[in-house]
Amino acid sequence: MTALVLIETEGGQLRQAARSAVTAARSFGDVDALVIGEGAEAASHLEGVRKVLHVTNLNHALAEPVAALLAQLASQYSHILAAASATGKNILPRLAGLLDVQPISDVIAIRDDATFVRPIYAGNALATVQSRDAIRILTVRGSSFDPAKDGNTAAPIETITAPDDSKNVRFIRVELSQSDRPELEAARIVISGGKGLKDAANFDRLLAPIADKLGAAIGASRAAVDAGFAPNEMQVGQTGKVVAPDLYIAAGLSGAIQHLAGMKDSRVIVAINLDPEAPIFKVADYGIIGDLFEVLPALEKAL
Amino acid sequence: MTMKILVPVKRVLDYNIKPRVAADGNGVDTQGAKMSMNPFDEIALEEAVRLREKGSASEVVAVSIGPQAAQDVLRTAMAMGADRAILVKTDQLLEPLAVAKILKIIIEREQPGLISMGKQAIDDDMNATGQMLAAMLSWPQATFASKVTVADNCAEVIREIDGGTEVISVPLPAVITADLRLNEPRYASLPNIMKARKKPLETIEADSLGVDLTPHLTILKVEEPSERKAGVIVKDIEELVSKLKTEAKVLP
Repeated sequence: MTALVLIETEGGQLRQAARSAVTAARSFGDVDALVIGEGAEAASHLEGVRKVLHVTNLNHALAEPVAALLAQLASQYSHILAAASATGKNILPRLAGLLDVQPISDVIAIRDDATFVRPIYAGNALATVQSRDAIRILTVRGSSFDPAKDGNTAAPIETITAPDDSKNVRFIRVELSQSDRPELEAARIVISGGKGLKDAANFDRLLAPIADKLGAAIGASRAAVDAGFAPNEMQVGQTGKVVAPDLYIAAGLSGAIQHLAGMKDSRVIVAINLDPEAPIFKVADYGIIGDLFEVLPALEKAL
Repeated sequence: MTMKILVPVKRVLDYNIKPRVAADGNGVDTQGAKMSMNPFDEIALEEAVRLREKGSASEVVAVSIGPQAAQDVLRTAMAMGADRAILVKTDQLLEPLAVAKILKIIIEREQPGLISMGKQAIDDDMNATGQMLAAMLSWPQATFASKVTVADNCAEVIREIDGGTEVISVPLPAVITADLRLNEPRYASLPNIMKARKKPLETIEADSLGVDLTPHLTILKVEEPSERKAGVIVKDIEELVSKLKTEAKVLP
């Protein structure tokens, strides 16, 4: 069996979630990697990759042409995977629609070639499902599979062309937030803020110095994003990013089930909240009941 | 503009209810629990109603696929502003693939210029129906929308992506899936709830559509995830930092 992985890159670098998808794919057999635009060279060094298919006539991973290309390649593969990211979830279900396959999203464990575990109901239940499709289409959670490392050899890179099937969708622009901090899903430490931080200025003023000292990524609750304290890409939860760092610090967020869905697999959780009844304390290894405006500066000083 | 917008809405376990795994280990127990419209579908519906109010569309049609009780969410949809509703009735639990196939048939019949739907349902969290439907129709898609502007037979959509946002323009007809921040759905007012009772609701039997609804996935097991145990409350920052260093060993 051979699996094909749609690899996501950013600025020619592989996203960590793509490395995790390669690890997941290796449980099926040989792995080919599909790279859109920049990053084919980086993908060729991934351990376990047999061959890189480099799509040279697309600059952006728009769903329409990429799904059409994957559909053309599909018959050579038993499994087609991508990270359960915005890109993976945009493209792979479209591919599944083209192939009459029921895709399986957010896979957290692979039991065998056809049997997969995925969370449902915001992670309040885990479903084990068995696919009867000939080609299995999966998006996998980065937090559940170790990122594939670079190996000592380089796989061959084959250039391919995506079909001209854009459905006249026009890419206009992308606005990526610039940050020197680690990628949220790849960070070893994450500090997340909620409504308790009161406004955007406090969110930044109180969390950023701690993140800088710890080399941490900054996350946010849905309430904090909705209130404009933080941009959408920082949201952790059922419909945002799913993270499982070594240390997750939750500051001023209550711990709604939708938020817990995105972080409860973290190794160590610290909760800081004024409300001793906040549900976040039920999942936290260490809790501090107190005023964020005193506790956070004190934490920064103590680090 | 005489454009029809079709809004698929799903009846799901209410957002505020904690799901419990059913005793047979094959699903989540929804017996007697409060059921509501999938929150993402509410957002998609709100967007459709706003487009009609702005004059970008002429009619909003809500469609639900599910048991007879799904007509409750269709009445809610009409109370929020949908002009009419279609219930595709089935007691079978359908996969997104089957749902997309049914929607395709309804769309071929209704000929809408835009499908506005939630990016995912909060029960199975699959995030797939819109994309599959777009593929089956051979239409373009704009998923995870946080802003939609319709002009000149195109929709310009701001999409939420992992590193920030992306802007694309899709020609209509197209499928747009709504993300959280597209809008804040209105509450149905009492007069509108009363009015919705008089709006047309058509019922179609799913079996009559000639669609193969056989599941492609077998659910072998549904189980509770392992619970995290609550830890300790520490008295101050010094104790916290010391425990993180020596006990949890996550800080050097």
